Amino acid sequence: MKFGIVVSEGPYTHQASDSAYHFVKAALEAGHEVPRVFFYHDGVNVATSLSVPPQDERNIQQQWSAIAKDHGVDLVVCIAAAQRRGMLDENEAKRQGKDAHNIAEGFRISGLGQLIEMGIETDRLMTFGD
Amino acid sequence: MEDDVKKFLYVNRKAPYGTIYALESLEVVLIGAAFDQDVSLAFLDDGVFQLTKSQDTKEIGVKNFSPTFRALGDYEVTKLYVEKESLDERGLTLDDLQEIMWEDEDDDYEEKPSIRIVSRAEMADVMADQDVILSF
Repeated sequence: MKFGIVVSEGPYTHQASDSAYHFVKAALEAGHEVPRVFFYHDGVNVATSLSVPPQDERNIQQQWSAIAKDHGVDLVVCIAAAQRRGMLDENEAKRQGKDAHNIAEGFRISGLGQLIEMGIETDRLMTFGD
Repeated sequence: MEDDVKKFLYVNRKAPYGTIYALESLEVVLIGAAFDQDVSLAFLDDGVFQLTKSQDTKEIGVKNFSPTFRALGDYEVTKLYVEKESLDERGLTLDDLQEIMWEDEDDDYEEKPSIRIVSRAEMADVMADQDVILSF
């Protein structure tokens, strides 16, 4: 089966991004396809390359980046939600005249159309939120 | 093309202000309208407050986005299901909600109401009938 995943809460405060990660991992191991994960609302904060959790804790961003690298999962961060919350890639930082960018490897910024498209092209859409 | 049309339902359960879910839900609806899918919106729990008339957000310094709901008809979003029990539990009636209309081009552009009050049981049927549900 082809799953589309939405993550709609930020890392660490909520379990949503952890649960989504465990689900995606289990689905892939079971032979299902997860072509894309869409990060919305505070979920966009998962993509920050600047989080530095204590060493004996999981690093949520790195877990996701590894999933993208190992399984080719397309990790899309909503641009409108990201800009509100100070999440910019290099191009956007330049365009908005900001002096830093913070989108981690494996994530990309794109529009809400990617969420709708994911709903159209997958068999099941799962939302991980509060 | 007809085969590519899926039934999308946007479920709105939260008050319009206090959290950003309602606003960012509406943003998805507006973008999603360009994809020519079969779109419905559901309002239940505190989500019914999103449709109330005379919203005034001046004192909280947040943009009042409620007029946007009246423009949904222009985006061919014409099915707004509102749960009756949620209204009742909050002391609200249809009269407390904005009048939201759409023009039916197949019926001499007659103006028709977009809001459909449904019971909790009917709302369950609406949900069961969908292909994709996005919950906010």
